[in-house]
Amino acid sequence: MKKLSARRRHPLAALVVLLLALACTGGLYAAFAPASKAQADETAQSLAIEEGKKLYAVGCASCHGTGGQGSSDGPSLVGVGAAAVDFQVGTGRMPAATSQGAQVPRKKVVYTQAEIDQLAAYISSLGAGPNIPTEAEYGPEGADIAKGGELFRTNCAQCHNFTGKGGALTRGKFAPTIEDVDPKHIYEAMQTGPQNMPSFPDTTLSEQNKKDIIAYLNAVNGDETESPGGLELGGLGPVSEGLFGWIFGLGGLIAVAVWVAARTAKAKKS
Amino acid sequence: MSSQDIPEENLPAEQDDHGAHGAVTVADEKNPFADPGLPPHEHRMQDIDERAAKRSERTVAFLFTLSMLATVGFIASFVTIPVDESVYIFPLGHISALNFALGMTLGVSLFAIGAAAVHWARTLMSDVEIADERHPIEASPEVKAKVMADFRDGAKESALGRRKLIRTTMFGALALFPLSGVVLLRDLGPLPEDKLRHTLWAKGKLLVNMNTNEPLRPSDVAVGSLTFAKPEGLEEHDHDFQTEIAKAALMIVRIQPENIKDKRELEWSHEGIVAYSKICTHVGCPISLYEQQTHHVLCPCHQSTFDLSDGARVIFGPAGHALPQLRIGVNDEGYLEALGDFEEPVGPAFWERG
Amino acid sequence: MSNNDDRRKAPAGERVADWADGRLGIYSLAKANMRKIFPDHWSFMLGEICLYSFIIIILTGVYLTLFFHPSMNEVEYHGSYVPLQGQLMSEAFASTLDISFDVRGGLLIRQIHHWAAIIFLAGMFVHMMRVFFTGAFRKPREINWLFGFLLFVLGMFTGFTGYSLPDDLLSGTGVRFTQGAILSVPIVGTYISMFLFGGEFPGGDFVARFYSIHILLLPGIMLGLVVGHLILVFYHKHTQFAGPGRTNKNVVGMPLLPVYMAKAGGFFFLVFGAIAALAGIASVNPIWALGPYRADQVSTGAQPDWYMGFAEGLVRAMPGWEINFWGHTLVLGVFIPLVLFGLFLGVIALYPFIESWITGDKREHHILDRPRNAPTRTAFGVAWVTGYMIMLIGGGNDIVATHFHLSINAVTWFVRIGFFAGPVLAFVITKRICLGLQRRDKDKVLHGRETGTIKRLPHGEYIEVHEPLSQEQLYTLTSHEQYAPAEIGPTVDENGVERKVKRSEKVRAKLSKAYYGEESQIAKPTVEEYKEITSGHGHH
Repeated sequence: MKKLSARRRHPLAALVVLLLALACTGGLYAAFAPASKAQADETAQSLAIEEGKKLYAVGCASCHGTGGQGSSDGPSLVGVGAAAVDFQVGTGRMPAATSQGAQVPRKKVVYTQAEIDQLAAYISSLGAGPNIPTEAEYGPEGADIAKGGELFRTNCAQCHNFTGKGGALTRGKFAPTIEDVDPKHIYEAMQTGPQNMPSFPDTTLSEQNKKDIIAYLNAVNGDETESPGGLELGGLGPVSEGLFGWIFGLGGLIAVAVWVAARTAKAKKS
Repeated sequence: MSSQDIPEENLPAEQDDHGAHGAVTVADEKNPFADPGLPPHEHRMQDIDERAAKRSERTVAFLFTLSMLATVGFIASFVTIPVDESVYIFPLGHISALNFALGMTLGVSLFAIGAAAVHWARTLMSDVEIADERHPIEASPEVKAKVMADFRDGAKESALGRRKLIRTTMFGALALFPLSGVVLLRDLGPLPEDKLRHTLWAKGKLLVNMNTNEPLRPSDVAVGSLTFAKPEGLEEHDHDFQTEIAKAALMIVRIQPENIKDKRELEWSHEGIVAYSKICTHVGCPISLYEQQTHHVLCPCHQSTFDLSDGARVIFGPAGHALPQLRIGVNDEGYLEALGDFEEPVGPAFWERG
Repeated sequence: MSNNDDRRKAPAGERVADWADGRLGIYSLAKANMRKIFPDHWSFMLGEICLYSFIIIILTGVYLTLFFHPSMNEVEYHGSYVPLQGQLMSEAFASTLDISFDVRGGLLIRQIHHWAAIIFLAGMFVHMMRVFFTGAFRKPREINWLFGFLLFVLGMFTGFTGYSLPDDLLSGTGVRFTQGAILSVPIVGTYISMFLFGGEFPGGDFVARFYSIHILLLPGIMLGLVVGHLILVFYHKHTQFAGPGRTNKNVVGMPLLPVYMAKAGGFFFLVFGAIAALAGIASVNPIWALGPYRADQVSTGAQPDWYMGFAEGLVRAMPGWEINFWGHTLVLGVFIPLVLFGLFLGVIALYPFIESWITGDKREHHILDRPRNAPTRTAFGVAWVTGYMIMLIGGGNDIVATHFHLSINAVTWFVRIGFFAGPVLAFVITKRICLGLQRRDKDKVLHGRETGTIKRLPHGEYIEVHEPLSQEQLYTLTSHEQYAPAEIGPTVDENGVERKVKRSEKVRAKLSKAYYGEESQIAKPTVEEYKEITSGHGHH
């Protein structure tokens, strides 16, 4: 992880990404070149929907209904959009375990990204909803980190803590930590409002606002984030600081006091 | 509460007078529990073996030297390490190189001095226990009698008891003069008057999105979303921004009208869009942990929970009353507007609130 | 006094001392104090941890004032911390950022200051408990107990005002809470709030006002109390644990010069060094991550520093009671915790006076009790600590909920019930444990120490060999005093006239029985018991 992010900053990294992107585009173009572009898209799209439908029938329909209309075990998926599918399945929250607690937690992802895209295509064919954001939308270019911080403190910190460490909600529910969450998924969460999280549609929190927030999170809660003072102690504030102060601060000093007050060992009586 | 009248027999007998001053009492047939007195002093290695003492001396000297080196290290770090340099140290993470270096060198330089002094005291200074006598804190009856007599003389000479006029006026003057100090505190702040009853909201004021700084339209507020708003005209650069936003901050959600249980809430809403004060009625934290499926909103400070679909009544926690609702509507241009100020004071309750 | 000839020959140090003595009388002072005796025990150094962290706080605090701007003027930030560039913030917050990022060593001093404050309060708490559980608060030390208690309370408020100064989002939330709590005070609350904040919350005054309270008013009072506390410690001479040669009329230990000069002086450096190292490796109150205060922003996990956690817990656990009558509001949901906070702390402050009233004991006590030998006091203390700790958990109920995957509502209910049930349970259990330990001591005295060696007797029975205690041990285990429960005196006086028994007398007798009745202490072994057993079963 560390190595990768270090390389990401390499001056040549941008070039490599660019070349890769060009190669992919070229390859994709070559694959679909024979047909006209629009037609190719359409075919690919319907193919994806078809595949997605199959995956849906196996993995999702038991709770969300055969046509995504929902049931007593799961909400309707009509109109939730591709972004919601990408978030829920891409973070492993869906498919949910049969016996769940107060809320569905993040888990190991069971579908590949290709399968997730197919599922997303199928669900968005049921009714229009937010699309999966592109890197241009959630990427760091043109983002104002400080503005993002202000927005984060207004809209997000109340549940997710100052730097996104998470926090408690009512009756066992919780706002999860945003550490190690893919920027794309953060964007989708804001857009779609998964589970009890309210949504922040573009009318409430503009695209630029979301970009700023993601950039801020990357700055204060990323792999490379500096904690100048030393051990971060979980970033939870005074509770962990107090515990640390009691155990290591006062505890250490008492250990020292024991040494200071103890009598030096006596010479063995012969 | 006086216990003068209480018999003393419940007090245990003073047991060990005979053992006082470290005098040794040999346990005898009469009292096997008698105080044997201070045990004889036993020697430490350092007391009998000069080589051990030398070792201790060297340890102490080493610690003092270590402290000197650490101080040099502190100064060197201060001069050479840039204030913004970051370094990765396992398991601390990415931390300030300067802070770490200064902390460790200062820590070592001080700790070593302390360790040296204590080691010196423990191993090379005498460890023979010494007994020091205590004397009662209370004065002897003679001393007490003398003091009382002196006091009576002094009091009599002052004539305070006899000249009642002096006494009365003196107490009066001493009691009154602190009032000047109290009066001086008056200008610490204004009187409350009705300041806590009003906010910037007034009829016709537009609801401005906190994030985008644009006035809100009903279509901007989706079901399940959460929006924060301020009154139009209030800008972050205004000098009274903090004080005003502390009362005017608004939390806007949209609930399907059929899910709104409270009649007045529905009446004061616009197409299910409800605007509530963001300031908790408990002690004033900006409450806003909105759960869109349950419509509950939780305060992060003390966990007061309000049901936004039922007039924001309190369903858990220490808050005493519901969040105030702002009556909203739509103006001619299709923007959300306030239809007046809050009808009750926002934020924490107070004596005059009623 | 030496004559002139001697003085001419005297070394320089002595001449300086002579000069000072002629003006300050230092020789008489030194005569009384230079070889003052201090007993050796680690728990007697807890107070020193507090004293030294207090000194460290003052030293680092003075340094911080050189850079901190106690002003709430809004400025745009253009310092070196990128994620706050261009943000509006108070000068107080901006200058704290500068101390952390632009002043070399500023971050270290800030962190030493804050860690030392956390340790200072924790140290005072533990020191106070040490004094409580060993009965060191008894005559003649009741006033010093009160001094210490006041230091703890003032320390809490000094800490709280200091924590509020950077005007960050976390501390601002704490100040908002304080303001809300002040508003809940009946009749005068609104006025106090307006006067303290110079108008409505947050206004533009509180940082400057808290600053003068934090750096001048409260520490000034505390410094006076610390000096008084130390003078009394010197004057009373230190208490000591029972042991051979240690009586109520002496104090056994090491002299101030040289041993305690080195040990106590060295301990200052040890404490300072340890806290400096702590500040070099562990972050405390990273205000840059919290952001500047804005009245409409908040973060979850909003807690005060640990010493205010008890108050926070009370507020969190309280149900939302509010009474409206005749156009007024009684905000019980906030006011009751406020009152309870004072009462709960007040009980421990007044305890020495309650206990001395119950015992009616007017003698000086310099020998410490072992906690087991005062079961009711120990049980009461543990009950108090339990109540305190449960509220500390309550103050962090959200963190507890997320980290142990519990419902925050369940945690809150646990705290609500636990605050009442916990202390009762702790009281009963502690008392039983104390009595059990007393029984064990008695066994040890009468039957000797269990050696763990099993011996087979000629007729096949296995017994464990008990080794008789040395006289030192016998003395140590039997030297404690035991009170007899107080009786209500004869209700009929010598003339046969019925005397009216005062209610206070009855209460006192009842309490005395609870303290020293048969169920509350195990009668210590008597010489007769010991003799009978040792002569009868002398074979092991």
